[in-house]
Amino acid sequence: MATFSVNNIAIKGISCCVPKNLERNIDLDILTQEEIQRFIDATGVEERRIATKEICTSDLCAEAAEKLIKDLNWQKDEIEILVFVSQTADYILPVSAAILQDRLGLSTNCMAFDVPLGCSGYVYGMSIIAGMMKATGLKKGLLLAGDTSSKLLSKSDKSTVPLFGDGGSATAFEFDEDAADLLFDLGTDGSGYKTIIVNDGGSRNRINADSLTYQTISPGIERNACQLILDGMDVFSFGISQAPKTVNKLIEKFEIDKETIDHFVFHQANLMMNKMIVKKLKLPVEKVPYSLKEFGNTSSATIPLTIVAAIKDKLNNATQDLILCGFGVGLSWGTAKITLKNAVISDLIEL
Amino acid sequence: MEINTFLQNFADLLDDTDATLIKQETVFRDLEEWDSLTALSLIAMADEEYAVKLTGDDIKSSNSLNDIFEIIKNKG
Repeated sequence: MATFSVNNIAIKGISCCVPKNLERNIDLDILTQEEIQRFIDATGVEERRIATKEICTSDLCAEAAEKLIKDLNWQKDEIEILVFVSQTADYILPVSAAILQDRLGLSTNCMAFDVPLGCSGYVYGMSIIAGMMKATGLKKGLLLAGDTSSKLLSKSDKSTVPLFGDGGSATAFEFDEDAADLLFDLGTDGSGYKTIIVNDGGSRNRINADSLTYQTISPGIERNACQLILDGMDVFSFGISQAPKTVNKLIEKFEIDKETIDHFVFHQANLMMNKMIVKKLKLPVEKVPYSLKEFGNTSSATIPLTIVAAIKDKLNNATQDLILCGFGVGLSWGTAKITLKNAVISDLIEL
Repeated sequence: MEINTFLQNFADLLDDTDATLIKQETVFRDLEEWDSLTALSLIAMADEEYAVKLTGDDIKSSNSLNDIFEIIKNKG
């Protein structure tokens, strides 16, 4: 059972970078004004940051990493592991982590690889870096997580465009004998792999002459086979049942007193879904921060972005316990309990 | 599980629809107020009131409210 703890690894800092370019949902012409208002009320998403053509996820993460390394006063050659969590890598191959190692000027003795997970990716990435550092004795590690999902969307798909924004993050890990245990519960249900999917362009369905032909799925939903499909109903059904389960599993396994947790940071999927999860877990609303309104769903960046955008002031020069929970594409989910002790939370960067 | 309670729960999801239109045989998809967001409310209601996980296919394969009622009943 993938419910475990990792000791001696501390999270030293978190930084995020979003594109400057802002899109407002009220300006969208694929929905009527009435539909937009209903959409905003239900999902909570008003604005999103959208990467222009020349900006990729790795660019956002590189900015976040540079800032964090500077704010922490780290030497770049001390970083021995870099993990890039994203579903919007620069190329099909090689991994973007390699490009980032060189671009950031990290040592060639640094191990670097990509993990192509989405909404659950931040928590998974944490468990991978922490577990690897604990097992190997590596001293410093960087987790870069984010997506530019807008690049995967059809501009004429009202079921995806108003939900997704772009963002990147960097999180710093360090070996520390005094660190509080990191606790994890991770899971997978691949029977729902079609719930959020891009059909063509991989090896199962190689890109072909038909891949770029637009098809009308239903009124307001037109897309081609290289663009993202989101089955909103199944995702919703999955989220409201699985997210409370995984959080409760972690709490029960490690006998965590919910009262002692300062913040519960959830993947920002949609307000209706998140409210329902919070209600089922009976959490006090003031302990549950959001960034949906300003940034939408930024995939694996939602959790660090919510931390940077919504609770930064409460974390600087303080010791706080957080429960983080990501869930979605895969289907895949992960919950972590972390302690941030005098962690550096950098100011949000715009690129 | 009572059909009348279910119909009442469904009517409560809607803001602008006359409750008298909500019957066992109502084709929910034809209601003016029905859209993808109402579908999410229905999934949430099934979860909250009946602890049943409705899937997208359950809703897509149903026509009348009675069809939904039967699915929830069988899963409950």
